[in-house]
Amino acid sequence: MRYLPLTDSDRQAMLAAIGVAGIDDLFKDVPASARRQAPVDLPLHAGEMEVERRLTALAQKNLSAGCAPFFIGAGAYRHHLPAAVDALIQRGEFLTSYTPYQPEISQGTLQYLFEFQSQVALLTGMDVANASMYDAATATAEAAAMACRITKRTHVLLSGDLHPHYRSVTATALQYSGPEVEALAPDPLGTEDLIGRIGPDTACVVAQNPGFFGHLRDVTALAAACHAAGALLVVAVTEPVSLGLIKAPGQMDADIVVAEGQSIGNPMSFGGPGLGLFATRDKFVRQMPGRLVGQTVDEDGRRGWVLTLSTREQHIRREKATSNICTNSGLCALAFTIHLSLLGEEGFRRLARLNHAHAVLLAEKLGAVKGVRVLNRTFFNEFAITLPKPAADVAEALAGRGILGGVPASRFYPSYPELGEVLLLAATETTAEADMDALASALREVL
Amino acid sequence: MAETASGNRGLMLEEPLIFELDSPGQCGVDLPEPPPVIDRLGGLERPGPIGLPGLSEPTVVRHYTRLSQKNVGIDSLMYPLGSCTMKHNPRINEKLARLPGLADIHPFQPTSTVQGALELIDLTAHWLKTLTGMPAIAMSPAAGAHGEFCGLMTIRAALEDRGDKRLRVLVPESAHGTNPASAAACGFTVDPIPATARGRVDLAALKAKLGGDVAALMLTNPNTCGLFEDEILEIAEAIHQAGGYFYCDGANYNAIVGRVRVADLGVDVMHINLHKTFSTPHGGGGPGAGPTVLSAALAPFAPLPAVVHDDKGFRLVEHAGHSGAKPCGRLKGYHGQFGVFVRALAYMMSMGADGLRQASSDAVLSANYLLAELSSDLTPSFAGPCMHEALFDDRFLKGSGVTTLDFAKAMIDEGFHPMTMYFPLVVHGALLMEPTETESRDSLDRFIASLRSLAGRARSGDAALFKAAPVFTPRRRLDETAAARTPVLRWRR
Repeated sequence: MRYLPLTDSDRQAMLAAIGVAGIDDLFKDVPASARRQAPVDLPLHAGEMEVERRLTALAQKNLSAGCAPFFIGAGAYRHHLPAAVDALIQRGEFLTSYTPYQPEISQGTLQYLFEFQSQVALLTGMDVANASMYDAATATAEAAAMACRITKRTHVLLSGDLHPHYRSVTATALQYSGPEVEALAPDPLGTEDLIGRIGPDTACVVAQNPGFFGHLRDVTALAAACHAAGALLVVAVTEPVSLGLIKAPGQMDADIVVAEGQSIGNPMSFGGPGLGLFATRDKFVRQMPGRLVGQTVDEDGRRGWVLTLSTREQHIRREKATSNICTNSGLCALAFTIHLSLLGEEGFRRLARLNHAHAVLLAEKLGAVKGVRVLNRTFFNEFAITLPKPAADVAEALAGRGILGGVPASRFYPSYPELGEVLLLAATETTAEADMDALASALREVL
Repeated sequence: MAETASGNRGLMLEEPLIFELDSPGQCGVDLPEPPPVIDRLGGLERPGPIGLPGLSEPTVVRHYTRLSQKNVGIDSLMYPLGSCTMKHNPRINEKLARLPGLADIHPFQPTSTVQGALELIDLTAHWLKTLTGMPAIAMSPAAGAHGEFCGLMTIRAALEDRGDKRLRVLVPESAHGTNPASAAACGFTVDPIPATARGRVDLAALKAKLGGDVAALMLTNPNTCGLFEDEILEIAEAIHQAGGYFYCDGANYNAIVGRVRVADLGVDVMHINLHKTFSTPHGGGGPGAGPTVLSAALAPFAPLPAVVHDDKGFRLVEHAGHSGAKPCGRLKGYHGQFGVFVRALAYMMSMGADGLRQASSDAVLSANYLLAELSSDLTPSFAGPCMHEALFDDRFLKGSGVTTLDFAKAMIDEGFHPMTMYFPLVVHGALLMEPTETESRDSLDRFIASLRSLAGRARSGDAALFKAAPVFTPRRRLDETAAARTPVLRWRR
């Protein structure tokens, strides 16, 4: 077996050195009734060629985004990944390292995490960011819990334009720890009144920009209303590329920003792993969840980096920790950092403009299709349309024509019949104009 | 040592922050000019520069290559970090996870276009259920601690379903910090239980703590001292008789895969760290995956989503309301750590039922070999046999002026990643060594020789060597106190 270096003679010699007759003697503490003698009922070992054959067969049963006109967003986005990103993250010193517990031999991980934290703070317009969370959905839940700790209040108000998975994950995560989570009805037109819902018990309002249905929202007034009421504003971002073009949450006075970093540097990978971004104000840093990397010096006075402020964390504080998180999304954070470094200020802004321009073109082309109505006045790279028939049927019909043409809102909100004819669509820099035309003409056929 | 003009020391290259390499206007990606359109931003354009540096592709590639060279991984050296399971990460797993049919698919594609992906999740679940003997599994948890949260949420939901208001969770003092933190996140109160002089749960003390208010026991087995809880059947029976559930922390499942089914130990729920037991890379701190196996009693409370199979193929259940299920909610966006599943499944298929059993046997053999070969130079905390990791404490350093930390730093100069230090908390100055099954005997012998030598130097009064260590590293010891006192957590111009 190719991954096991010990030979049978090694094993015999080692057993002799230990002073036992056989391997079973080392498992003597296992109750006899639980020791299995025969292998379990699963296939035996296989060579690389055979494993590759089996998994390739599974891969071939999927329609990959690159093989079809593709218009799905809703929290996961298809962007072009420069080849250098993947080559660099596969360097074994990064890929096969653990959490940087020994800083003298982990300066590579620590420095890129410091760069990552800095980039996330810059993008979101916040003071400080952590070294990543699992994904934006869990980061949203952590942000709401953090707001409750800071304000010592219990009411969490979730916008109807917040990603439905972020809503349900937050509601689940806080279910038993005290807070009361109020999720407003889905808001396809972007017209809900959050300010009017803020009460004396409100710990935070969680809004999203761009919204789940694509609308852009200036949350400055919402932030002011939150602050006047002693509450915090949490802003979620599903598409961080938008921050190259639209006002950052930090520029609109948000207190905590959570975002899904997958878009930058990482493939969609059927939705996981993601990359939770988490940023806040300096004054709240000791209430943050997750790991933080800080700058320091070594014994020779050279600049270096260490994990810091760990007294917030579970391995020190146990049940009083700010979060139970341990493993996060380190390698995805590295991919994010490399991709964003390749883009730089100019490239990132151009990427954002390209995404927006493609989405505007797409909206124009689809808006010209009879029966289609674009719901958004404003958007970044995704928007919602209404159709004259159920959007789920239309999406299936498009898939039947080899087009991955958006996602029906009913997939998230089956109990809201008024959303049955709403379809969410996205365009990125990878969306070719010919693909847009193919979608428009297919829609003309199926409607 | 003489300083060089560049600050570099041969292959130890200094590297500034990416921000300090800024060449304004440079760009490492060539993108077309956007087509002219009338924007739909409604006046919400971002004012001012973001502050990102401009860099060419060669500059970026060299920067991150140099950073990688300040790092070590299991590819570089022996990394016996106890409880973390640093085993070889096969590259075929990486290659397969990057197949366009697996990496370039969206979580919200119509399920008719992702039948292979759903089958892959189902197949991974099948392997994990068969290996553990457990009837159900929740695939969505993102990591070990998230799996703990998942397991405790199902327990909480099951208790509520039967109208039971139990809130106390028993957790051994030797547990990972995530255990009490996860319990607290579910609204449970944590009650510690002590260990015996044999490094195992004190069954009498446990029984004394049991009562009608105990929701669950969280127990790591093999435990964090590297020992199998030999009274586990009695422990399971006691918690069940008291009406509580048995949560097993599966962080150390790699010791028993293929040799013991956790279903046969009376376990109700256990998370599995795919990034430990099933060889997916730790990536400097993630991503991981923490699928959580469940008993029949807890299965109805598994979180959404679920992959189901019928005569029309595979489907995703994304909402509550299907027959019999009472899901505890949703724990994560989308459908779990799919990319990690691909890697773990490739590993399980490569190893097979026979190879997985051999791997756990070799992991336990190697740990016992370290325990035996080092027991006269270092001080083992408990009598063997151990399971997949060997625990020592700092009695062998008594009077030498050398601490566990100093000893670990000297190991770095010897060319090894140190073992886990100061954990578990139940022994003084813990040194927890987990060699894993992927070290050769030569490698183990070199490690043993180095540790014996270091122990001898500590005994002979050479404390200065340890206090100065490490010296052959890109950085020497870093001032963690200063970092925490005045935190600098980001670059500023």
